[in-house]
Amino acid sequence: MTERKSRSEGGVQVRAAAGRPETGRAGPTLNREIQTKIGQQLRALYDDVVDQGVPDRFVELLRNLEQQPDTRRHVDEDPSE
Amino acid sequence: MSRNTPGRSASTDDASVRDAMLAAVPSLRAFAISLSANVDRADDLVQETLLRAWANLDSFEPGTNMSAWLFTILRNLFRSEYRKRRREVADSDGAYADSMKTQPEQSSKVEFEEFREALAKLPSDQREALVLVGASGFSYEEAAEICGCAVGTIKSRVNRARTRLAELLAIESIEDLGPDRELRAVFTGGGS
Repeated sequence: MTERKSRSEGGVQVRAAAGRPETGRAGPTLNREIQTKIGQQLRALYDDVVDQGVPDRFVELLRNLEQQPDTRRHVDEDPSE
Repeated sequence: MSRNTPGRSASTDDASVRDAMLAAVPSLRAFAISLSANVDRADDLVQETLLRAWANLDSFEPGTNMSAWLFTILRNLFRSEYRKRRREVADSDGAYADSMKTQPEQSSKVEFEEFREALAKLPSDQREALVLVGASGFSYEEAAEICGCAVGTIKSRVNRARTRLAELLAIESIEDLGPDRELRAVFTGGGS
């Protein structure tokens, strides 16, 4: 428990320092690291949803739409004629 | 923008249109959730987008980006709904952040939480620009077309979003260490 706490505090120091460059004080390397992390987290969050695939309701919705051409502003020409 | 080519839908192959729409659904949902911060509302938004797209297939130009077209429709739907709500709720971005807090489940993982919260604090125009370019994989040009603004506007919104996120995450990581984080891990990790 004690060890964990002191490790956390160590983390605070590092992270707090990482925050400061944003106001323009430290080098661009830290900034780049933060931006890389932001990009990764953003994509991870997004892909978390993408990976859920297509919920059934949308498969059914489109199947229904396809079977009811009236729901669509059809031009009344049949190209096969 | 100049996509009004009349009389095209007759030759549009319904099955391939359907497949293209289905293929876009997962990323449409991800975009919708990032806009509305609510899975149910996001799915309703996606449903309305598909209905509207199907009804207006005439205005889709075959060969152009179906995904970008659908994103545009979804964004416009969200915006008109958002504007309506804005009249009722004064601080709409604050309301967004609050709605995030009531939605901690989703399929979210603990490590996403602080990022999700930081994202919720961004102004909505910055958030959508960042998501379109940084996660959906659209070019700045495509994102500009989807949002109906200049490319330079998108670029500056994305930059401001990144800067603000960096600030928020650096600050919040201090608060997030300690017992609070462990407590949250218990709650989030405990269920299903």
